[in-house]
Amino acid sequence: MSEIKKFLYVNRKAPYGTVYALESLEVVLIGAAFDQDVSLVFMDDGVFQIKKDQNSEASGMKNFSPTYNALGDYDVNKIYVEKESLEARGLTVDDLMALTYEDEDDDWAEKSSIHLVSADEIRDLMEESDVVLSF
Amino acid sequence: MKISIQVNEGPYQHQSSDSAYNFAKAAVEKGHEIFRVFFYHDGVNNGTRLASPPQDDRNVQQRWSDLAKEHEMDLVICVAAAQRRGIVDDGEAERNGKDATNIMDGFRISGLGQLIEAGIQSDRLVVFGD
Repeated sequence: MSEIKKFLYVNRKAPYGTVYALESLEVVLIGAAFDQDVSLVFMDDGVFQIKKDQNSEASGMKNFSPTYNALGDYDVNKIYVEKESLEARGLTVDDLMALTYEDEDDDWAEKSSIHLVSADEIRDLMEESDVVLSF
Repeated sequence: MKISIQVNEGPYQHQSSDSAYNFAKAAVEKGHEIFRVFFYHDGVNNGTRLASPPQDDRNVQQRWSDLAKEHEMDLVICVAAAQRRGIVDDGEAERNGKDATNIMDGFRISGLGQLIEAGIQSDRLVVFGD
């Protein structure tokens, strides 16, 4: 497929209360095979999806958070986290998993995939995107 | 315009399937092309033929099926989501050793790649859900 579109996945829900987060991640991983320009947004309760040290044992659900660490290997390395959502939940970027990728244009240096952005910047991201998938 | 639709919620529980149906119907009647309707999350339950809603209510699943037949619309149910929720066609029944099928006429089961392809091929991808 020759055409490259900008895909934006918007993750807005907590990871275990509903299935949206898990099934969104499945779309992102499958979609990575299509060589499109992919960005992820985590906002609202969606910021909890990439909180570090998750333990879902008591809920009986599978802790799928380690899978987010694989995103860098799939060339999914533009991850935008909304500042306002973090602040409203008493979180900082240090509470999030250190999601990274290896930059092939910079001697495979390991770099952070996470960008803290404002709600206004997320609006601009949506405006610039061709396909916005909201989960 | 070439349009694709993603339906993320189940029938009756949530308005989004009704809204998506009305949108799809209005779009084709206005002369737009619906490239694909992709059912994901609990949206896969729009594709069972075993529902028996009350006579005086709309039949959400049948309505999708009729629309697909009338306009040769491609209704695709995500296989991974369908396996979790028990939406089964002949192929899935055989693969997973199930003793029955329940897929509605006019729907087909396929992979998530169909959603990504719909996003690439269409002028607009419209998502219905929470």
